Amino acid sequence: MVTQKSTDEQQDLIHTPPEVAIAEADVRPAEAGEFVRGTSLWRDAWRRLLKNKLAVFGLVVVVLITLASIAGPTLIKRTFGFTPDYIPTNDVKLIRSFPPFTGPDGEFSWAHPMGTDNAGRDQFARVLQGGQISLFVGIISTLVSLLIGVSYGAIAGYFGGRIDNVMMRLVDVLYSLPYIIVVIVLLSMFRSQTARGQLILLFIALGSVSWLTMARIVRGQVLSLKNQEFVLAARATGVSGARIIFRHLVPNTLGPVIVYATLTIPQIMLTEAFLSFLGFGVQAPLASWGSLAADGVQNIAIFPWQLIFPGVTMALTLFSLNFLGDGLRDALDPQMRTV
Amino acid sequence: MADRSNHNLLEVKNLRTYFDTEDGIVKAVDDVSFQLKRGETLGIVGESGSGKSVTNLSIIRLIPDPPGKIVSGEVIFNGSDLLSLPNEAIRKIRGRRIAMIFQDPMTSLNPFMKISRQLMEMTQLHLGHTTRQAYDHAIKMLETVGIPDARARADNYPHEFSGGMRQRVMIAMALSCEPELLIADEPTTALDVTIQAQILELIKTLKRETGTSVILITHDLGVVAGMTDHVIVMYAGKIFEQARTTELFSLPGNPYTKGLLRSVPDPTAEQGKLYQIPGLPPDVAHLKPGCPFAPRCDRVEEICHREFPPFVQLNADHYSLCHFAREVYAASGGTPVAVETV
Amino acid sequence: MLRFIVRRLFVTIPTILIVITLTWGLIKLAPGNFYSGEKRLPAAIEKSIREKYGLDKPWYQQYGKTMWSILRHFDFGTSLRFEGQSVNTIIWRSLPVSAAVGILAYLLALIVGITVGSIAALKQNSRWDYSSMALAMLGISVPNFVLGPILVLVFSLGLYWLPPSRWGGFPSRNLILPVLTLSAIYMAYIARLTRAGMLEVLRSDYIRTARAKGLSETGVVVRHALRGGLMPVISYTGPALAFLLTGTIVVERIFALPGLGNYFIQASLNRDEPLIIGIVAFIAITLLLMNLLVDIAYAFLDPRVRYH
Repeated sequence: MVTQKSTDEQQDLIHTPPEVAIAEADVRPAEAGEFVRGTSLWRDAWRRLLKNKLAVFGLVVVVLITLASIAGPTLIKRTFGFTPDYIPTNDVKLIRSFPPFTGPDGEFSWAHPMGTDNAGRDQFARVLQGGQISLFVGIISTLVSLLIGVSYGAIAGYFGGRIDNVMMRLVDVLYSLPYIIVVIVLLSMFRSQTARGQLILLFIALGSVSWLTMARIVRGQVLSLKNQEFVLAARATGVSGARIIFRHLVPNTLGPVIVYATLTIPQIMLTEAFLSFLGFGVQAPLASWGSLAADGVQNIAIFPWQLIFPGVTMALTLFSLNFLGDGLRDALDPQMRTV
Repeated sequence: MADRSNHNLLEVKNLRTYFDTEDGIVKAVDDVSFQLKRGETLGIVGESGSGKSVTNLSIIRLIPDPPGKIVSGEVIFNGSDLLSLPNEAIRKIRGRRIAMIFQDPMTSLNPFMKISRQLMEMTQLHLGHTTRQAYDHAIKMLETVGIPDARARADNYPHEFSGGMRQRVMIAMALSCEPELLIADEPTTALDVTIQAQILELIKTLKRETGTSVILITHDLGVVAGMTDHVIVMYAGKIFEQARTTELFSLPGNPYTKGLLRSVPDPTAEQGKLYQIPGLPPDVAHLKPGCPFAPRCDRVEEICHREFPPFVQLNADHYSLCHFAREVYAASGGTPVAVETV
Repeated sequence: MLRFIVRRLFVTIPTILIVITLTWGLIKLAPGNFYSGEKRLPAAIEKSIREKYGLDKPWYQQYGKTMWSILRHFDFGTSLRFEGQSVNTIIWRSLPVSAAVGILAYLLALIVGITVGSIAALKQNSRWDYSSMALAMLGISVPNFVLGPILVLVFSLGLYWLPPSRWGGFPSRNLILPVLTLSAIYMAYIARLTRAGMLEVLRSDYIRTARAKGLSETGVVVRHALRGGLMPVISYTGPALAFLLTGTIVVERIFALPGLGNYFIQASLNRDEPLIIGIVAFIAITLLLMNLLVDIAYAFLDPRVRYH
């Protein structure tokens, strides 16, 4: 991109209509004896976040689904005895896919709220376990991309000049490449033998796709922070470059980083799901929502619940994460403009 | 048709504009009344948040609703109340009879449009000019405001002009349809000091040549001194003092005005500390009873915290909102007229 | 401007070569090969296969041969799995399919997204605003491989209105479901972008000036607000195209369309080296060119942008 829209354009007093400046001013002449309570940036942000009902809804749902994914399969095992891989009987004649809340004889049963798949395995347990994998991959990959992106952006922003130029040029070029395509080639060529190995491959592949925008955001923040006084002070006392970057600058970019990280998780989850759907992602016996959906699509005509449940659960999770991310962005900095 | 005699061009009566915010209702303009005679310049002075801008946006009904609302009052312009006109009618008045220029010409001009087009829009809309006519008129206006090489530069974009030039362009745009009233909202605040003087001179000259009446809004008393016939001092949404300019400067009748006057740095005075009115402007969402200026006033007494001050007439054109208006006026050297509170 | 374009092209060409090399390298480095599945072939057969496809030569010779034919003749060779078909032919044949679906989907997304987003911005905080933005949020949360089959379930298998899959030429009813599926997420994203952009612009000082000039609300929006408000959408076009690509792959698989994406997946699964390289190179070139076009368009649309 040629024009860099900086995320730090300040709204100064000139552009703020007076009545708004007044309404938003936390400044009040202190009366004698009145304690002026200081509010930190974070507490303000938290307050604003709580006011946003949609964001709170998102947070609650995400937490619920995460807890369900973590604890769910164990609970189901205790109550019903189903594990995600449990095949009830070896009698081929009896194995088929039951619709939700239906038992073997077609009568209503609490046993399988989401039905079963073609092998008779409980869908509910599978969806929850899929959630484990999907969320796990999403979060870890986001952390990977965060690590790369923040370091890259901070270094580029701090050193500025030619180094910054070259590094950002590289980002521009990478941005316009069909990254995903190369990733697909990578994953299809190096199909790991173990499911665990495949996961690690996925972390690297997925993390390396989304670090670009993070790097840009962090660089922008660092550039604007760089010339502020506390950095000059640190320099004057002889703090080394690396220290300045990681101890002083990075913590101050935390706001946009948190927001973008929260919005990256659903993006990465979507990418993982898409890769798994095509067969390049998570391998059996592990399952993610994407691979469950792939299995479900095969039988969409006869057993639609096999696709619908993992699909809807995934959509719900992404939905909530997006609302949460939006809410965080509004809470931490109502002036951030990236959508 | 417009009345050409020396009657009031504009009469604002008991204007109240409130804003509904998270923190409560902000009474940005609270019972403001003033008049403007044809051909005169009125200055409105105040700190940030005093309500001066909102007052003028209310005149042409540019208050964003929500969260703002003109709650009550009248704005009589040439005989008709602008606040009760239908939207269609107000739009015809905006730009044509009352024009407004704003503080920051960089953001007030459309960055994606050539300035010729922005100028032409005015006359095409209001005067029915053809493209040719509008273009020629635009060039003429640009030359009038002193843009060098106007014909060549007319097709430039705003960012290709300097700050002072941009403000000239805004003035050209505002005066395109020869309005009867020009409202200038802090026209020089965003400019360099040397350019400020040029722009103010320009406004003065144009006013003389076209007979346009002007309302000049500013926080800078220095600007007011050289430009205006009458002055209104606003604070916390209310008028604290209004008088002829010369009288206000020589015989102020309000502690706030006196404070403002003291804050203007005097290059001829001896070196000393710069005076600043202590404290900060009030939180207009949570005004305490009594005089809004009480927390910062150097002449404050117990009654000031309890009771809202009266609007005292000190002279033919001179009013002040203060419990001790007459005393302050007398202390400045003035002789208040017989007791008559408005 | 011209210098800018030339310099961009200068950077583009080596980039593409690097991409091709990278892909080639990945394929060569990977364990296994294209001609045998799970079972081991008898040594003699394996040897003759390797000779036939030049796999017995040293790696730099293979690299040289591949690159030479690409650079000299734009010839990406013959597919290893699709007997006798040249890669160029396959790409040429499958391109229109992907292009049709992709372009239609993006146009649809632009039209619907911009309209919905603009109205939402103009009627901020109204019921229309809330409901359309909630729907938009749903749009970016539902994966296309979930939406597609559900659409098929409802419209093909349930209502019998539309065919569930297969390519029916252009134009045909077969296009409707794939285009809708592909377009959904972009409709949503563009609606949100437009709303944000328009809100931003509507708050700015020059809109206040336009109103003070006496323009009607419609005049203000159409003549002044739209231009600035749509800028974010235009700059989004670049990345959008890249994502559109990945969406096309899924859609082509679900609806069994013989497009580039489908061939690419097949080639990857088959380890069909020439075809993989051919498609990757083609996609890279297209994307880089499109990004260049978007940047040029941006310069025309925003007079403040200066390229040097």
